[in-house]
Amino acid sequence: AAARGCCGVWRRAWQRRARGLASAPRGRRDVACNARGGAVPAGKSGLASWVPVVGLEIHAQISSNSKLFSGSQVQFAAPPNSLVSFFDASLPGTLPVLNRRCVEAAVMTGLALNCSINKKSLFDRKHYFYADLPAGYQITQQRVPIAVNGSLSYSLCTDNKISQMVTKTVRIKQIQLEQDSGKSLHDDTRSQTLVDLNRAGVGLMEVVMEPDMCCGEEAAAAVRELQLILQTLGSSQAVMAEGQLRVDANISVHHPEEPYGVRTEVKNINSIRFLAKAIDYEIQRQIEELKNGGMILNETRAFDSKLGCTIPMRDKEGKQDYRFMPEPNLPPLILYDEKSLPANMNHQQVVNIDWIRERLPDLPSVKRAKLVEQYGILPEHSFTLLNEDGLTEFFENVVKKTQMKPKKVIGWILNNLLSYLKQHSLTVKESPVSSFLLADLLNLLEKKEISSTVAKQVLAELWKGEGKTPLEIVKEKKLELIQDQKELEEICQAVIDGQENEVIMMVLG
Amino acid sequence: QKVALAVLDHLEQLALVDFRDAEGIERLQKAIQFADHLHEVNTDGVEPMDSVLEDRCLYLREDDVTEGNCTKDLLKNAREKVEEYFVAPPGNIPLPKLEERETVLQGS
Repeated sequence: AAARGCCGVWRRAWQRRARGLASAPRGRRDVACNARGGAVPAGKSGLASWVPVVGLEIHAQISSNSKLFSGSQVQFAAPPNSLVSFFDASLPGTLPVLNRRCVEAAVMTGLALNCSINKKSLFDRKHYFYADLPAGYQITQQRVPIAVNGSLSYSLCTDNKISQMVTKTVRIKQIQLEQDSGKSLHDDTRSQTLVDLNRAGVGLMEVVMEPDMCCGEEAAAAVRELQLILQTLGSSQAVMAEGQLRVDANISVHHPEEPYGVRTEVKNINSIRFLAKAIDYEIQRQIEELKNGGMILNETRAFDSKLGCTIPMRDKEGKQDYRFMPEPNLPPLILYDEKSLPANMNHQQVVNIDWIRERLPDLPSVKRAKLVEQYGILPEHSFTLLNEDGLTEFFENVVKKTQMKPKKVIGWILNNLLSYLKQHSLTVKESPVSSFLLADLLNLLEKKEISSTVAKQVLAELWKGEGKTPLEIVKEKKLELIQDQKELEEICQAVIDGQENEVIMMVLG
Repeated sequence: QKVALAVLDHLEQLALVDFRDAEGIERLQKAIQFADHLHEVNTDGVEPMDSVLEDRCLYLREDDVTEGNCTKDLLKNAREKVEEYFVAPPGNIPLPKLEERETVLQGS
């Protein structure tokens, strides 16, 4: 409950900012989210203002057939240790061999996030001991990653009543290629850990975001947009539930004008909703701790979704010393563009940045702008369309098959169809009402054969999925609008006759 | 210049090496002194190298599934297994603190 209240407070603070600024300033954060929603100077009324600072480290599993440095398969559920090569198990005498597809995925993602692509990037070893890391080190890109200095724009709904969308930007520090570790299953009853290396060596893109965000809602919106971008590119399927997208949050608070506070790292967040909750809880926890004269430890905490709070993680003794060193088995990764393309090189050995850039699909922001322009819908409508898997396609199919204007169709899609689906936890693909049926229904409405109220009734019938067409339902229940002039006159006359007194009152004024 | 006790302790914890006795520590000191000779070379304006092979081409592999499916072979190396999983202790077992370890570093 505390976290929820906190969320509302942050929203108000943005509204105050949003009216002045259309988007967050690039570069250093000098506009702060104020805890009390106003510039109350410390000490004046006994209230101190706090500036929360949130940065994210996101690991996205690369969508590829085989792993980053070996030829074993990448697949979610498989018998334990069946998708493991000798290299993945770190058996002596094995060497890493870089997967071209993983490089392309990282370049695509870097370009989509407005990064500079490093034409020369390096691989390093990051050492630590854990049962699911058989080599005792992870191959990553610590010194010179494949992409740097990008940005991600995302939008937030400020007020449900006014329904305004505010665009914000978060800077992308870098994107690096690295190996995933295996999975540990803790068996507390027998005091042991079971290790499955199927995931060991799968390619990851680590996307590091600068601490430009100030609360759970901003972080959630940024991650959602990144998820949509990755899915559009196909570089990652980014399904959080399957561990294809993992987010760690770095959180601290400080007073305005003062230096940044000590930050904590929050892990074990399994959904975008929990991401917002975890961040808001941690911000509140840190503020309470500091208000009570306590100190924030530079520690790693885990989010407990059942309790809705963060707890210190055991097994993280002291500060880790990763002893980074260059990966001696891999020379630098060289990427090319049209200008630097070598003349006589085997095409298969060349990754051409310009070639990849030309083939990038329309990103979500571009798709939304096109929808708004083509159909005359509102920007926030385009957000909802892209947010639900398959909804844009559904909407466009209905528009194609009906004379009703897209501006009116969108209302039926968002207010009627989508709310039904949400109520029954169905995806668009599982909808018992197809785009054909909805289009038929809207045509009846558009031709004034039925009223709007009746249309809603018919839709309710269609949801039952009994296979009847809208026309059949209308005829069955005799819901057609009466078109006959004479019949209408008779009905009106009957009403007037039955309410003589009221009619006299009306005529007299 | 001698290597600090704190550093030796840190190294034993991090890398799980055991310097074992005064001779072991002396060997480490000598190795560092030997490597320090590198400082005698003037490297102003020279880009550091990672390896002598760093100007070679990094080979890119096609994204095909060519390995895996050798669970039996892999598990042959495991001392303990449970239904095709490797078995490990519940968490990292940290090296005991300096005061509690049997190490020559205590005496230093």
